Amino acid sequence: MKVFTIAGNTFREAIRDRILYNLLFFALFMIAVSLLLATLTVGEQSKIIIDIGLGSINIFGALIAIFLGIGLIIKEIEKKTIYNILSKPVPRYQFITGKYIGLLITIMVNVAIMGAGLYLILIINELRWGHDIFNINFDIWKAIYMIFIELMVVTAIALMFSTFSSSSTLSAIFTIAAYIIGHLTEELKLLGDKFPGTYMKGAVNFFYYLLPNLDNFNVKGKVVHGIYVSPSYMIMVTLYGLLYICAVLIISGVIFQRRDFK
Amino acid sequence: MSNEWKAMSMGNVVIKTENLTKNFKVGFKGKSFAALKGLNLEVNNGEIFGFLGPNGAGKTTTIKILMGLIYPTAGKAWILDKEVGDVEIKNRIGFLPEQPYFYDYLTSTEFLRFYGQLFGLDGDELRARMKNLLALVGLEDAADIQLRKFSKGMLQRIGIAQAVINQPDLIVLDEPMSGLDPIGRKEIRDIILRLKDDGKSVFFSTHIIPDVEMICDRVGILMKGELVNVGRLDEIMDAKVKYVEIIARNVSKDMLAHIAAMDSSVYEAWDHVSIKLKDENMTDVILQLVRDGKGRVVSVVPQRETLEEYFMKKIGADS
Repeated sequence: MKVFTIAGNTFREAIRDRILYNLLFFALFMIAVSLLLATLTVGEQSKIIIDIGLGSINIFGALIAIFLGIGLIIKEIEKKTIYNILSKPVPRYQFITGKYIGLLITIMVNVAIMGAGLYLILIINELRWGHDIFNINFDIWKAIYMIFIELMVVTAIALMFSTFSSSSTLSAIFTIAAYIIGHLTEELKLLGDKFPGTYMKGAVNFFYYLLPNLDNFNVKGKVVHGIYVSPSYMIMVTLYGLLYICAVLIISGVIFQRRDFK
Repeated sequence: MSNEWKAMSMGNVVIKTENLTKNFKVGFKGKSFAALKGLNLEVNNGEIFGFLGPNGAGKTTTIKILMGLIYPTAGKAWILDKEVGDVEIKNRIGFLPEQPYFYDYLTSTEFLRFYGQLFGLDGDELRARMKNLLALVGLEDAADIQLRKFSKGMLQRIGIAQAVINQPDLIVLDEPMSGLDPIGRKEIRDIILRLKDDGKSVFFSTHIIPDVEMICDRVGILMKGELVNVGRLDEIMDAKVKYVEIIARNVSKDMLAHIAAMDSSVYEAWDHVSIKLKDENMTDVILQLVRDGKGRVVSVVPQRETLEEYFMKKIGADS
């Protein structure tokens, strides 16, 4: 119950934060611009719109997750609001779980708004060419769902960095690095294979296994080109994401429990 | 030890610390700095206890350990009948942190509801308490105003309201009067006294001495991480040197020189002299000498040491 009180307050804080609206505005702007770009191509306009639209949702969603995610705990410590929360009968792990869930709700609402924006643009596009709007590729929602699971993972990582660092900049750098490398883990594995039997291979493999494989969540290309994304794949990847999130949250909880709030 | 104290605590003690020590690592090399050095302290049920000390004495460190925000390097502390760190015991404690650091995007009502919910309150009960508390701290008119628009005094008052929303047995306030004007300080003092009348124990830290003199039953004086004195104010004061100030007029120069030689200090003003006696028992002797020297006694005032002087003397002695 206290977890949800804190989650509700975190959501309220986020929707009263100007950064959120700026990011949301730019995302919707990008999606709308895709309509213009689509007119430059011959046929396949909806593919261009879906490509740009899903890309925008992914990038702006990640920016919201990283920047609000880092602020979750660091802002509480910087503004010293954490003293008053943790002096109430709230266990520390419940506090960070509540903060995490609050931000997830925020991200879910934002991703849904961006998704609805994309859908609206697709409808406008179809109407413009006199097509039947029921032809719209409904699989974009599969891609958006997968983006959301990816953002859940990214948010958990941002939260973890913010539980032991007191610098927002440093946490942002770490999280962005984890996000980028997380999208390049396949290349990381290939890189490791180039150094057989050396420490380098061990080091590279360590990061390969440590960091999340965020490309698992990327089905944008498939959706754009109308390739089928199977429910079993989505379930497996969702389970992978949830497992990774649990591990990251447990580590965050352990670090946070031991921390002194000077 | 903890069990032993547990039995005892049911009686009269609401806060107890035993050899409480906290070291902080400072600087790049991680040099250790002792913020609190073996603090032993007891606060009794139903009293207003003033925790007094200059900035950096370790007051906030002590309070943060009591609230479970930092962990002691050594020693133990108990609040009510539980060792510090027990989350459930916080249901019976009210806390106002140093400086009003709250979510400023909330209105008074949202703010009190949020903290009430953290104590598991809800529905009509919570609404009734919120209404009463806003009245207690005089903020009924500001119920729907965001905290970012509040003055410092208003923040401090809404802070006290959230600290007592759970109807705690013990209220811990960290520097509740700092940064307030005299009227704001009086309002906070009145609220603290009202809490005591309701049978609550109040533990508050401050470096503002008159606040302590006016409302505290007992004080503890902390300096450089060590408790240098604790007790009822009159006990602490009585134990210290008093002096008697005699103001007189028309005392002859010869007699003044004689008096000055008798372990007293003499200051000559343009129309009177002020004689300070370290030994109270000498008062009659000196008064006789003044009269013998054709002087007229204007006043005889035994000067009690103020807490402020005591405080300054201690700091002076330490440095």
